[in-house]
Amino acid sequence: MKAFGRALLIAIVFIAVAAPWLAPNAPDRQFNTYLYAPPTRVHVFGVGGGPYFYPLRIVSRLERRFEEDRSHPVRVQWFSRFSRFSRSSGFSGFSGTSVHLVSSSEPDTAPLLFLGADSYGRDIFARLLYGSRASLGLAAIATLAAMFFGAVIGGVAGYAGGAVDELLSRFSDFVLVLPAIYVVLALRAVMPLVLPARDVFVLLVGIFALVGWPVVARGVRGIIAFEREREYVTAGRALGAGPVRLLAVHLLPATRGYLATQATLLLPAFILAEATLSYVGLGFPDSVPTWGTMLHDASNVALLGEAPWMLAPAAAIFLVVLAVNLLVQGSGRSPVQLEP
Amino acid sequence: MECGFAICPLERTLKVRAAVVRFLLRRLAFALLLVVAVSSGALFLTRLAPGDVTTNLGAFARPDEVARTRARFDLDRSPVAQWGGWALRAVRFDFGDSFLYNRPVGGLIRRAAGNTAVLAVAALALATFLGIPLGIVTGSRQGVMAAAIRGVSLVCLSIPPLLTSLLLVFIASRTGWLPLGGMTSVDAVDAGWSSWMLDVARHLPLPALALALPLAATFERLQAQAMTETIHQPFVIAALARGVTWRRLLIDHAWRASLRSMCAIYGLAVGALLSGSFVVEYITAWPGLGRLMYEALRARDIYLVAGCAAMGGVFLAFGSVVSDLLLFAADPRVREGQTA
Repeated sequence: MKAFGRALLIAIVFIAVAAPWLAPNAPDRQFNTYLYAPPTRVHVFGVGGGPYFYPLRIVSRLERRFEEDRSHPVRVQWFSRFSRFSRSSGFSGFSGTSVHLVSSSEPDTAPLLFLGADSYGRDIFARLLYGSRASLGLAAIATLAAMFFGAVIGGVAGYAGGAVDELLSRFSDFVLVLPAIYVVLALRAVMPLVLPARDVFVLLVGIFALVGWPVVARGVRGIIAFEREREYVTAGRALGAGPVRLLAVHLLPATRGYLATQATLLLPAFILAEATLSYVGLGFPDSVPTWGTMLHDASNVALLGEAPWMLAPAAAIFLVVLAVNLLVQGSGRSPVQLEP
Repeated sequence: MECGFAICPLERTLKVRAAVVRFLLRRLAFALLLVVAVSSGALFLTRLAPGDVTTNLGAFARPDEVARTRARFDLDRSPVAQWGGWALRAVRFDFGDSFLYNRPVGGLIRRAAGNTAVLAVAALALATFLGIPLGIVTGSRQGVMAAAIRGVSLVCLSIPPLLTSLLLVFIASRTGWLPLGGMTSVDAVDAGWSSWMLDVARHLPLPALALALPLAATFERLQAQAMTETIHQPFVIAALARGVTWRRLLIDHAWRASLRSMCAIYGLAVGALLSGSFVVEYITAWPGLGRLMYEALRARDIYLVAGCAAMGGVFLAFGSVVSDLLLFAADPRVREGQTA
């Protein structure tokens, strides 16, 4: 169970890193005749030996009905190299390569769309892969930030004791009581509502860290307060180590296991927080592919019934949370509270 | 009067009662502090945010209209003076006016809070009736059925409310079994009281289920954990040796002993319900507190934000007090003033 969860997580991270190479199309390329197009059906055993598919032709724009053009089979190419169509927006941009593991032999007129196209005719599969970079990257950086501040503040509280400890503990207890998503929502909503992607990224990291650190700090404080009384600390002090050195070199390493657990709990919570914010229109602008903005695109209820592939990012979020749950449950701990 | 025993029964009852009262008073004081702090925080946050409610008037609003609106919401006074005035009126249950709805905030919040409470109570009941019995089964048995329940629970645990509500809306739009969103149909407004209730009852299952599924899975996992722990305690073996039947043992002994940790979970569940209800309300258009808060935040409708935050604080405080009372009812050790 644990091994499976770990393998799943590693696979997801690999996919995020290799996104430009795995995606058959650019994430912001709009295929104007492919709005809400269904997933391409690839035929594995083709006429010329390799896999092929039939390009879609729109029959009715109003009903969003498509039909395969049977007269014109298009080959699926491996390791094709084609020129970039446009510059990707935001930070999840190209790493410069234009080699694609798999793509259509006519990428401009007959795109290969594994998961169909969204309301702008963009490749959902490509956006899903690029979106994993933004969603996972944001969550990972926010987790690191929350853990850093949590460890430092919790460490100081546990080591100093007394009034400092009291104040910090009371404060983090108070933050812990609040439902995190409302705090995140309120903090985000009081900032200017429309911001460029880069600013949103920084802002969200800041907000998530602010909401997440008390969780970490409380546990770290407990461990440090316990470790402080042990002999090796007294020995260190006797040898002339100052409080900063004691804390950083000797005491904080004792919280390593606890921090690792907290990281696995914070990561899915932050992924979900980003998705929620972007879904309600307070996260990233729509041009940036993240799992949240993609779900926002799927929020048209009337369309959802006809285009279930728009829910692909939901499946991606599910897989990440499932992987973490397998990992955590496999080691016999309580289930993930989806609350930072 | 001197008493022959170590502790006289009457004296003991009085002591316990005093401890209970003291404990409850402390919790009530904390609850009050929570409500005041949350609403004041929301007020200041909205006030200090860039932009105010007058941006809703549009770019072509006349200066005197803007000035009038600012005066109406006390935005021409200093933040502290505004807070003072607001707090003075709030103690008399006058929470100011809403710009968006052009009505007193109090009535708006009462209605929204009622709707959220209906949703939350339905979800909590559903989660309890699903999660607790299943947890007892999986915690005390091994075999195919328990393993299957465990698997389903792990999957449900990994689908947060954001995904369950999208999924259920998708299923509903595909099958037409349930209405897609809202709390009432348009045509039910003028109908009688009983048909209104019936209409709400038809709209309730979808959002309630979306909110309840992840919670039920959490309950199941925690109950199973608590159950497994208690089953391995010596008193269970002792009871078995005395000839207590397995079924009786499970319910009367093991489950009762595991109640204590479950009561603590219920306190947390209120926070999870509030957090989850925001997304569920947003996606299924349930006119509750989360949706109202979101609208108010976006419009910088300052008194509505503060009112919603206060109501949320009341919910949280209510949850923690109820969970304390449950703990008292479930655990005689706590009732008798021992710190367990």
